[in-house]
This record gives sequence, C-alpha cells and structure tokens, in this order.
Amino acid sequence: MTALQNSRAESPGPTATTKRNQGPGLRRKATGTRLKYALTIAAFLIPSAVPLLFFTIIPMFAAFWISLNQWNLVGPMKWVGLDNYSKLVSDPDTQGAFLHTIYYIVGYLPLVYVGGLAIALALNSRIKGRSLMRGLYFLPVVTSWIVVALVWRWLLNPSTGIVNWLLGLIGVAGPGWWTDPAWSMPSIILASAWKDLGFVMVILLAGLQAIPEDLYEAATVDGAGRWRRLFSITLPMLSPSTFFVVVLSLINGFQVFDQVYAMTGGGPNNSSQVVVQQIYDLTFRYGKAGEASALSWLLFLFILVITLIQVRGQKKWVHYA
Amino acid sequence: MNKKPLAVLGAALAVALMSSACTPAGQTDASGNGKVTIKYSNFVSNGGHEKDLDAIVQAFQKENPNITVQVTTLPYKDYATALQTDLAAGTQADAFDIEYANLATYVNSGVLAPLDGVDDTKYRQSLLESYRVDGTQYALPSSFSNVVLYYNKDLFDAAGVSYPTADWTWIDETAAAKKITDSSAGVFGDFQNVTFYEFYKALAQTGGKFLSDDGKSVAFNSPEGIKAAEWLAQKSGTTMPTLAQGAGTPDFDTKLFKDGKLGMLHSGIWVASSFSDAPKNWDIVVEPGDTQKASATFSNAVGVSSNSKNKAAAQRWAEYMTNSDLAATTRIESSWELPPTSDESVLKDYLAKDKPANRKAVFDALEDVALTPVIGENQQEMVDIVTTALGEVEAKRSSASDALKAAADKVNALLK
Repeated sequence: MTALQNSRAESPGPTATTKRNQGPGLRRKATGTRLKYALTIAAFLIPSAVPLLFFTIIPMFAAFWISLNQWNLVGPMKWVGLDNYSKLVSDPDTQGAFLHTIYYIVGYLPLVYVGGLAIALALNSRIKGRSLMRGLYFLPVVTSWIVVALVWRWLLNPSTGIVNWLLGLIGVAGPGWWTDPAWSMPSIILASAWKDLGFVMVILLAGLQAIPEDLYEAATVDGAGRWRRLFSITLPMLSPSTFFVVVLSLINGFQVFDQVYAMTGGGPNNSSQVVVQQIYDLTFRYGKAGEASALSWLLFLFILVITLIQVRGQKKWVHYA
Repeated sequence: MNKKPLAVLGAALAVALMSSACTPAGQTDASGNGKVTIKYSNFVSNGGHEKDLDAIVQAFQKENPNITVQVTTLPYKDYATALQTDLAAGTQADAFDIEYANLATYVNSGVLAPLDGVDDTKYRQSLLESYRVDGTQYALPSSFSNVVLYYNKDLFDAAGVSYPTADWTWIDETAAAKKITDSSAGVFGDFQNVTFYEFYKALAQTGGKFLSDDGKSVAFNSPEGIKAAEWLAQKSGTTMPTLAQGAGTPDFDTKLFKDGKLGMLHSGIWVASSFSDAPKNWDIVVEPGDTQKASATFSNAVGVSSNSKNKAAAQRWAEYMTNSDLAATTRIESSWELPPTSDESVLKDYLAKDKPANRKAVFDALEDVALTPVIGENQQEMVDIVTTALGEVEAKRSSASDALKAAADKVNALLK
C-alpha cells in the first residue's frame, strides 16, 4: 500500500498532468492530486462504509443512548443513567446467561477445531472424490440455521429421534437432550459444531495447502514420523489459520443465538439461556429495551477484551512464515 | 456463524430512533377526492377465518366507498412482537388488534387514540367497559371467547365411559382419561397445556387466588396452587403426551384430536371450526372444576393508532369490525369467536347451529369466569416465569411447592 501511494504521488496520471499545465501553481497541483486521491479512496469505500455507518456504527451509539434509559420500545424514554448496567451486573439471570455462553464456547471450540482439522487433514491427502467430500462438508455451512436446528431437534428427540434409537441398539439409554436441562447445551453444541465443521475445514485446508512440501520431505529424510511431522511442521505452520479460526469462533460463539432460539428457546428452565437470547427476550418479549441495550454493550466490551487479549497473546504461538 | 441477531436488533433500534423524524404510515390520496387507505393488522382471522374477515372488509368498503382497508394477518404467536416492533418504529397500522392483557401498557405509552362518539348500546357493557380507562374508551371489543372441554364421543364409547357432563369434577376427568388412554394404539385420554393460562384457571377451580387482593403480591404459592400445579403436571406422561412426544408444539393438540387419538381437549371455542370434518362424533362441555367451576374468558379488541393520519376512517372501520350486524352474523355463521353484541337474538342463532350440539356450554361457561391476572408492564415476564416453573413440575425435576415458591419470589420482585 505504501509503495503504491508513493508511486502515485510521484507520477500523477495523465489527468493530473493536464491539470498542472492549466493550474496556477505547484502548490495547487499537490492539493488537487491529493484531493483527487482522497476522493478515489472515498468512492471505493462508500459502498461498504455507508451501510456500516447506518447499520452498525449509528445503531451502536443509539443503543448506548437507549441503554441509559428505561424504555419499553413503545412509550417515551425515561432517563435512568447507569441503573440498567448496575442492575444487570447483579442480576442472576444475566450472570447465568454469560455462564451458559462460556459453557457453549468451551464445548464448541475444541470440538469444531479438532473435527475441522481432522477432516482438513484427511481431505488434504490424495483420496478419491475429495472435491465432492469438501463440498459435502461445506453444505451445512450455507444451510439456514432454522432448518439445521429443526432437523437436529428431530434427530435428538428423546423418544422418537434417531440418535436415541441408535444408542438403544448398543444398549445405551439415550439422554433427554433438549428436554433435559443437563443436556440442552450439549445438544446445541453438537448441532453447532456439526454445522460449522465445514467452515473451519475450509480455512484450515487453505492453510495446509500453503505449507511447502519440501519441509515434509526434509523432515522425512531426517527420520521424522507421521506424528512428529504433524506436531513439528503442520501445526506450527498452520498457526495463523488456527488463530483466525479461534478469534472468529470466539466472537461468533459469544453471539450464539439462532440455534438456541430455534432449538430450545433458552430452556428448559433457562438452562440454555445465552446472552443474545437474553437480549432478544428483554427487548421483544419483556419490553425492556434499555436493559437489553446495556446488555448488548456489556457483551460488546466483553468480546472486545477477549479479542484484544488474543491479539496480544498471538505473538507467543502464532508463526507467520 | 453469523452476527445477524445483533445487527437486526441494531437496525431495529436505529429505525426506532429515526422514527421520531419520519412520518408514519397511512396516506391520503394525493388527488384530494377524499379517498383514503387505512391499514388494519390482526391475528383474530389467522388460522382459518381469513375469508370471513375478508367478507367483513368487502362489506365495509361497499358501505364506505372512500375507504380502502389493507389487511395484514399474523399468527397469534408472533403478533405481539411484531406490533411492538412496529410501534417502536412508527410503522404500525392505523387500526390494530389488541389483547386485554396488553391494554394498560399501550394506554400508558400513549399509542392508542381515544375513541369518542361510539354507540355504547351496541356492545355487551362489561366487555366495552373493560377497554375503558378513566372513563375514556381506548379500544372496541371485537370478540369474546372462552375455553371448554372438547371430547371425542367414539373414544368414550370404545372405552365404555359415559360422556362428560357439566357436573364433572377433576376426579371424573382423571378416571375417564385413564380408561381412554391406550398407549399401544397411540390414543391419549386428555390434553391440557401446562402453562400460565391453564394454571390460573385451575387455581380458581380449586378455590385459590393468583394475586393477593391488593394486587401487590402473589397468592398462588398456596396449598391450592400446589394442587392446581400438580393436577396439570400429573397428566403429562400418564394420560397426556409429554413434551418429548410433541406436546407444546403448535397445533399438536388439535391435530391429535382431529386424528381421533385424543379423548378430551381443553381448548378455546376458536378451534371448534377446525373440527368440522373430523373427528366424527364430538361435543363440548363446560370444563370440570375441583371445588368450584371456573372457565377462562378472553376478549380481543381493535384500537386506533394515536399517530394515524386517518383516525376517523380507522375508527369507522374499528366500529364496523366490532359492532356491525354483518360482522356479528359472519362470526356466528363461521363458528368464529362470539360477537360482543348486546343483541341477544344474534347470539341465539349461535345456539341454533349444530356441531357441536351442546353450544349452550359456551354460555354456561360465562357464568363462572376466571379472569386473566394482569400486572401491567411486566405481564409477559410473569407469564414466562410461571410457565417455566410449571414445566419443571411437569418434567418431574422439581416439586410443585419448590417450583411455585421460586416463581412466587420472582413474580413478587416484578410487582415491586
């Protein structure tokens, strides 16, 4: 980018040259070029900047304003300052929602990463029909969450679902899945990991294919076995992709909603109530937009801090080739 | 993997903030010939009565050629959320359905226009008055309905049980349900949702109270409350399908009854028209009580948006929808909910129709009414708390007394 900037500044295009010949002086020419350059950048940014401004940045600050008020979405707002925040911090339901969200991430992240890595490794080797397999694993990623959630609800139905039927065949009494508070979160984790497996696979597959073959050849000559190569070459060389997957999964994990809404609605007995579901309920069921906005901001700050920690921590384990 | 929920919420809030600057829906014809189009959003016609509503709209437009009514119909389940979002964004219809339980919230928020000059004599007084706050009429009742016990005669005959009567109690119901239930054939004896709406009624049937007399605390955490909760919960898994078997999913109970696999169904009179073809032989009766009779009564109403540009036209539609003869007869003809009319002769026509034969039960049930407990702004939260607690009792994860105690503490906190 810097090189490009320099070259542009030093050798302006034909239009700028014409302008210089007509323009009153050297100073004017520099400003004109710079302005034109800025306008060019702006023109390219506008298609994404405008929606970002109106649908993300303005609503974010609007939500902050709402979070300082008591508001039922319908009537007038009532200023309450930071009351919504202090109420949320001491509210057991909010604490529960954060704990359930962390439970989700702790279960989901290892499952989706290890599963995605295993499939990526398998599909990186020269096996028959691997393009088809890659497509098949990616299919759930592009499927609507509502569809996936309903299918998993059927699969995991405690009395008529195929999963418990299969477990019954091997003599295991299947759990109550989404009807049981102890199993509702594992049900959601299972469905989520299944759906996102293909996404993680694709990222890791791209990373795997960027690893030079000669590293493996050299290691083999030195007598490194299969596992040795995995841990000493593949995983370190894959760390930028891993970092990307982890950061993205964490950010998305904290915002888990669709599958919870469609599979359990946060139940039974609030056992799968996550933060975004709580925000939804507060706003659209209970008419507490102020509290919901405050909770949105708490979630935003929480994700920001976690992501900053990760970005700092990456120096220790991420190797950029 | 997506961030849609937050983005959607953000967008909704942005729209809400900007809405103060925008003008709401409802446009006058630019040509100035006085023609107006008003929007009406409803849930009452959803699920089988869309054509009946259309008939009322057509007749209204014929009488009022200058007014066009644009109808939006939403399922009951999504209606409140959609209306709230529309109100927040200022995109609400000129006239819209409201439920009695939400009246206080909407009046306090100033979204309902006061309705002056309504012909009071056309309405059942008690219904009209329930939508009046401090002497001002804020909505017009469009219908009322109640909950009765539907029963499948063939299943009763097959099990050798005599049909339910108005004198039945919970004990009779349980005994019949047990005899009818045949799990190998997939036949269940009974169905009653284990939710807030059944609980407050069961509580009244056993002589208990939901709220204290001053309305400042709950009273359901009582021996009667425990009895009512246990009465509902014990059905699940014995004479009634469990949640895992499908209970609680939309239309599950009516489909089971239609398929002839359900002996008794506690449901509102609004589902009666869906049983016109199947099952073959069925009837209704006033719900059994325990120590006393108590039936749930609901009413719906039409309100006019306070920021509508065509309030007069919207009110005219609201009046037509709620008090015209045509609306009343359409409701009777189609076995919809009952019209809120003061004209008893219209209601007599309802009794004269067949299937179900015992239509009198609908009016008998009005004699001992259990009204929905209403606490204002936190209504939905209270409903959810009580329903969640009952779900724990139903799944046998909690005793009725523990669950009700926890629910009582939570609801009391809302009442403060």
